[in-house]
Formats: sequence, C-alpha cells, structure tokens
Amino acid sequence: MDFSLTEEQLELKAEARRWLDAHFPLDRDWEAPWDPAGWRELAELGWLGVSVPEEHGGAGLGFLEEAVLLEELGYALYPGPYFSTVALALPQLSGEQQAKVAAGGRRWSAEVDGLVPDWGRVDAVLTDDGEVAPEGEALESIDPTRPLGRLASPRGGEASPRALAALAAEAVGVAQRALDLALRHAGTREQFGKPIGTYQAVSHPLADTYMETELARSLAYWAAWCVAEDDEQAPVAAAAAKSQASEAAVAACERSIQIHGGIGFTWEHPLHRYYRRAQWIEHFGGSPAQLRARVADAILTKEAAWTA
Amino acid sequence: MNLRDTSDEAAFRAELRAWIADNLPDNERGGRGGERRFEDFGRDWSRKLYDAGYSGLTWPKEYGGGGAPYSHQAIFLEEMARAEAPGHIGVIGLGMAGPTIMVHGTDAQKEKHLRKILSAEDVWCQGFSEPGAGSDLAAVRTRAERRDGHYVVNGQKVWSSFAHIADFCILVTLSDPDAPRYQGLTYLIVDMHSPGVEVRPLRQITGEAEFNEIFFTDVEVPVENRLGEEGEGWQVAMTTLLHERGTLGFALTAVLEVSVRKLLVLAEGVEDADLRQRIAREWIELQALRFTNYRSLTTLMKTGIPGPEGSIAKLQWSLANQRLTKLARELLGHDGIVDDGWWNYQQLRSRGNTIEAGTSEVLRNIVAERVLGLPRSR
Repeated sequence: MDFSLTEEQLELKAEARRWLDAHFPLDRDWEAPWDPAGWRELAELGWLGVSVPEEHGGAGLGFLEEAVLLEELGYALYPGPYFSTVALALPQLSGEQQAKVAAGGRRWSAEVDGLVPDWGRVDAVLTDDGEVAPEGEALESIDPTRPLGRLASPRGGEASPRALAALAAEAVGVAQRALDLALRHAGTREQFGKPIGTYQAVSHPLADTYMETELARSLAYWAAWCVAEDDEQAPVAAAAAKSQASEAAVAACERSIQIHGGIGFTWEHPLHRYYRRAQWIEHFGGSPAQLRARVADAILTKEAAWTA
Repeated sequence: MNLRDTSDEAAFRAELRAWIADNLPDNERGGRGGERRFEDFGRDWSRKLYDAGYSGLTWPKEYGGGGAPYSHQAIFLEEMARAEAPGHIGVIGLGMAGPTIMVHGTDAQKEKHLRKILSAEDVWCQGFSEPGAGSDLAAVRTRAERRDGHYVVNGQKVWSSFAHIADFCILVTLSDPDAPRYQGLTYLIVDMHSPGVEVRPLRQITGEAEFNEIFFTDVEVPVENRLGEEGEGWQVAMTTLLHERGTLGFALTAVLEVSVRKLLVLAEGVEDADLRQRIAREWIELQALRFTNYRSLTTLMKTGIPGPEGSIAKLQWSLANQRLTKLARELLGHDGIVDDGWWNYQQLRSRGNTIEAGTSEVLRNIVAERVLGLPRSR
C-alpha cells in the first residue's frame, strides 16, 4: 500500500504550479478573451499527451498524472479546454487523433447531459454518435472561464468515471486556492489591533476548510487511481469523489468570501471566479445528490463487496 | 501510488485473518465497547495477542515488539475491526505510556515496564485531566513535593479510563508552583496499588462507567519513577499526546467501518431518497477518512513523521460517528427509542467523541496554528 505521489509526479505538480502562476496569475486581465495561441505551449510542456501512447507522440503515462495537472489547472483557474479535450474526449479518440491532440493540433469537447463545455474553444465535439462539428448555440455559462454550448441536434451522452474523477481533481485545486487566499487575508488583515486569523470565529472555519479539502483530495486521488487502474470500484469512487470534492470547493469559496469581508464580495476580487467554477463543477455531469444516489444504489445492493 | 496490499502485506493480512478465525470465540465478537472491555476476557485475549506476536507490532524488537512497518499495524487494526474482535486492553500503555517511556525513560524503566505493557500483565491509565485543567493541561494542580528519595503526591485527576483495573498511571504533576507556566511540571509513573490512591468510577450519559476519578492522598512515589527531569513534565507530556494522535487514525477508522457496515445492514430495503442520500454520505466520509489515513501512513513510513493531514482524523471521525449513530436511530423508525443494546449506547457514547482526547475546539486550534500557520489565539 502506497498512497503518495512519486518524485516525478511531484515534480510535474511543481512545474505546473510555476508555469500556471507565471502565465495565469490572479491579477490577469480576466475580461480578455481566451487566446488559443497558448494552447501549443501546453503541447510543448507535454501536458496534452500525458496519457497518449509514446508511438503517438505522447508520454505514455496515465490518468494519475493528468489528475495532478487537473488539480493545478483548477488551482490556477486555467481557461483553456484541457478538461474537455483530455478528460472528456481523449480516451475515445483514435491513435491518429490522439497524436494530433498531443501535438496541440486539435481541441475537443464532448456532449454531457446535453451540454458542451468549452464551447467556442474547441474544433470538434464527441457525442454518442461519434464526432460532430461544434454547431449550435452558445449559452451563458456561470463560469466565463469555462463556456457552455448546446449542439443544434443534441445526441445525449453522460459523464464517465474519468470525467467525474477529473472534475474532483479540479475541485480540489479550486478549494485549495480559496483556502490559500483566505489564509493570506486572515494572516495580514488587522481589525481591533490583531490579524483577524487570531480570532477563532475566523480560524476555525478555515480549519474546517482544510479538513474538507484534504478529505476531498484523498477521495480524488483514490478515484484517479481507480480510473488509471481500470479498477472495478472506479464508477463508485468517481461519483463519491466528485460529489464530495465539489461540495468542499463550494464551501471553501463561500467561507473564503465571508472571511474576506466586503472585498470578497466585489467583482474586482478574483474569488467570485473561483466560486463560479466551483459551482460549475458541482452541477456538471451530475449534482452531488444525483451522484450520492448512485453511490447508495451500489452500496445498498452489493454491501459486502463495497465495505470489505 | 498503489492502493493494493504488497505481497508482504497480503501475506501478513491472510495469516492474521486465519489466526483470528482460529483463536477468537464467536461469543466474544461484536462487543459494543463500554464496560465489558474491562472484564477478564480482555486480559486473556491481550495475552494471546502478545504470545502470537501481535502486540506492539511497530515497537522495536529490543523492547519486545514486532519491529514491523506501520502498514502492518494498520492492517492489524483493520482486520481486528472486520472480525469485530476486542482490542488489546493496554490502550494507554501501548499508545501513550510505552512510547513515552521509549523516548524519555531510563534503561531500568524500559526494562521494568515495556514488556509487561505488551503482555497485558500491567494495565496502565492516564492521569492528565483535572477538574480545573481539561484542555489547559499546563494548569494542573496535583502537587508533587520532593521529600528525601520520593515525591509526595496530593490531588485529583478525572476522565481516566482503565484506572479501576490499572497497575500504573502516567501522571502529570505540579512540582514547582512558583515556576513560570510550563516549567513547573513533573511527569511521574505511579503504582496504582500504592497506599493513598483511591479510584472512583464516573458514570457517563450512557449509564456506564468507563472513566474514573483518581484521588491521591500523600502518595509516595520513588524519585526513580520520574519520567524525564523534574520541571520538564510538559515536554514529556507532549510526547505522550503526539503518540496518542499519531496512531489514533487507523484505530478510529476501523471502528467506524464496523458501524458503517452495521448501518448498511440496518438500511436494507430503505427506499426513502433522503435517507439513502445520508447513508451514501456516511459511506463516502468513511472512504475519505480511510484514504486520508493511508496518505498520512505513507508519509510516516517514508519520512518517520505522519503527514499533516493526519491531524484531522480524530476531528472528522468524531463528527462522522455522531451523525452516523443518529442516522441509525432514524433508520430504526419507531423503535429508535427502544434500547436495542447497540445503537442506543453508541449514539449516546458518541457525544463524548468530540470531547475526549482533545476537544474539537482544541483540534481546530492545532490545525489553524500548526498546520495552517495562523497566528496564535492566546
């Protein structure tokens, strides 16, 4: 039993944190449109072909490495179609198409519950009936860093365990960022002559956020491991992780906004952007309640297998 | 990352499972905890565990332990819980007194105590909390006055499990009332059979008496029973508490797993959507706790120090156990107010979970200050 990231995975995580901090800092121009020119840089970093076999120009690694990146992409609130291309579409593409993805040549999305994420930022959409062109209607997404659209003729499709596990990993990154912002504020903002983090009414909710984030991280990496190993627990693990991690991210953002006080409620402060992403994740691909219902179906019929 | 047992771990698990099946009588399985733990079977069973090499798995071999990796201890706790086997009776000795003696004890103290903790020949209790010193351990008032070759101890301790059957007590005393806070404390090993030691059971909201008060009246404790130096009791006590929290996560999760399994049996055929949601949530919370323990354990095995995420195990477990036992009462329907001999006890007992071994408030302070680096609140 070994529940830890390898040296290489930790290095990948640190590299992602550095690169994303430099290219997508908190004080970026949030209103600027997404620039597809940067997508090729992700290919050069090797992030797009992480799980693509080496003969197709990828690194031949697995979903765990992708989960590591997704956590950091969530932490940075990266606006490109990484989730859609890599987590939703990639495994179902042909070797030839995967090679194009790894090289940064083609961006994909997929239809889930009638919605297409990263609408306007992708070249093709995967549906239950195969590939279609992204033709239809752009919707007003609650998270402008992750647009939504609807195909002119919707075909269906639902979130796979891989998609749910990816969202769980992103949610952990969002929760961690909301916590880090709150900690920085609580440690420096002074009222009544002391940093507000001195007051237990402020510090204890942050301890709760820490607890929920760590628990969510454990579930997210459990789910990622199950997906990477094609373990039979993958569907339940992914549903469990996504339901819990997305709720943890939403709660982390809400507590962070509260602890920031007035500034946390302004458009100017980036917190609302994280809050929007947290709620986007919470409801895309199945709400926490829907996913828990799935977990209940599994554990209340196959009790022995799941609790052992 | 590999969440499956290694071949060595799998072999250990299989061997242990077979041993439990061969050695644990059916009528001793499924105990609900509480007072029954203190009956004769507890000591006999603990002795059996010792003879089979399952006591102090991670203790160094020179002290009579198994010298095994922490993963074996985790597997031991999981398998014992799955078999609903009673635990070793030496909870305080194994988890607190023993590790503290290993760090701060003299050779003579190690020789005298460690092996008998493992074999359950000696049962230990803890004398930390007092009526006026709960979360604030540095405020203890139990006096230890040095006279010739011994300390004379006077005072009162509370919330002491096992005290009524204990042979020894780890006792935090005030030896110098004039010293600055944290510097006047001395840590003693007290023979519970000494004249002047009186134990009175404390009845809890369950109706049972798992805890005790201990009264010390002119109890003479030889100086060689001191652990660490005079005035350094605070540092020694911190070692004890570190060990209490370090190994707690797996034990707690194992117990919670038993409860979740019983909850799932109770929930068979439940169709109410809200109840199904809450059952799923408790199952998910159990997995979250389990895998957080695995993470912390992996860090412990690689670095010798448990990961910071381990500090949340007790906080999360106590809240989960409180929710879960109330959910069970609800699943019992109209019979939820009939004492079924199991859930009623567990639900009432769970209210102590957020108080004992560090209140949730103190644990949140620890996370805020030591893990998150927020400024101290006092």
